[in-house]
Amino acid sequence: MAGGKEIKTKIASVQNTQKITAAMEMVAASKMRRAQDQMFATRPYAQRIADVVSHVASSHPEYKHPFLIDRPIKRAGIVAVSTDRGLCGGLNTNLFKQALNHIGELDDKGVEIEVVTFGTKALNFFKRIGAKVVAETSHIGDSPEISKIIGPVQTLLQRYEKGDIDVIYLIANEFVNTMTQQPKMVQLVPVQPAPDKELSHHWDYIYEPDSKEVLDSVLERYIESLVYQGVVENVACEMAARMIAMKSATDNAGEMIDELQLIYNRERQASITQEISEIVGGAAAV
Amino acid sequence: MSTIQVEIVSAEEQIFSGEAEMVYAPAVMGEVGIAPRHTPLISPLKPGEVRLDMGGGKEEFFFISGGILEVQPHLVTVLSDTAIRADDLDEAAALEAQKRAENALADQQSDLDVAKAKAELAAAAAQIQAIKKLRRK
Repeated sequence: MAGGKEIKTKIASVQNTQKITAAMEMVAASKMRRAQDQMFATRPYAQRIADVVSHVASSHPEYKHPFLIDRPIKRAGIVAVSTDRGLCGGLNTNLFKQALNHIGELDDKGVEIEVVTFGTKALNFFKRIGAKVVAETSHIGDSPEISKIIGPVQTLLQRYEKGDIDVIYLIANEFVNTMTQQPKMVQLVPVQPAPDKELSHHWDYIYEPDSKEVLDSVLERYIESLVYQGVVENVACEMAARMIAMKSATDNAGEMIDELQLIYNRERQASITQEISEIVGGAAAV
Repeated sequence: MSTIQVEIVSAEEQIFSGEAEMVYAPAVMGEVGIAPRHTPLISPLKPGEVRLDMGGGKEEFFFISGGILEVQPHLVTVLSDTAIRADDLDEAAALEAQKRAENALADQQSDLDVAKAKAELAAAAAQIQAIKKLRRK
């Protein structure tokens, strides 16, 4: 019986792989639920601060903050949010593809690029394509803390304030649902506030101590919260993508085992048939 | 007595949502007390505690390590940097953080910059104060 033992070994090895992918699927599923909870927990803050920003931006304080002023784009900053680990399907690849498209467009206009990366995958990618990475944070973990976001974001904001860059984009995955994650790009700075519904009232805050200082801290936190949301959402995307990838890997392993089993059985049957015909042939010869 | 809606949120979670008769918050210019129908106000907050007068002598404390206070006539929003329920505060951790910051201040050769160390120190001191207050109750 040729190859029977080899096929058995192969089946055993595929079965082991299947066990691992099935376990990873379950781990990703439970982590995804936690990540989704965290994603929803960040919404009240983001909503409130967005309201404040849109109000402050559309009311007319005596001071116009640099983060609110559009200027000609010569250099652009990009915040790219990726995962730390692989085995999550095409999640990172799709994101980088989108990022490259955008970088290509900017490049055609003669705009130079600076990148801040979250996650080792983005770091490696942008290193490989030779982009200028000015700051990075990796190993953020499954429940990101805002303290880890602040440093890298500050780097870009300071460069913006100095006039080294004229626009900042955020590229991250959007969690549509468990099956779908979409790379999306938003402009962080200059801030593009949503139009204020209550503008007709024409009221303004009392700014304490003054509008400049208040705007500074509000806008900074607003930008941080946008990036933080991107990072948290990306974790949910990572887990969802990994869950789906591992589910299909488990299914594929199952199919492979069935096929191998079929080949094994066929081979075994063939060798039995051959043995019988040999015995019968031998007996007839005697 | 009339009440005002209070929302305390941090970037990571919602911490408190409810009604209070009076809100006290550590604004950068000094502590402010907000009563219902206060005029719209916006101000950064120092590390310290937000105190809610719930009426009937009941009070609630929240430690915050800075943030933004936004006031509208019927709504007070505290956008806290990292607000944790004061009950949950770990005094040991606060003391440790204070010590770390003190060490950083004593040893100027380290990379930590002085402004950051001072901020850490202020935050840790405010945490300890909040805990002491809770103990006394």
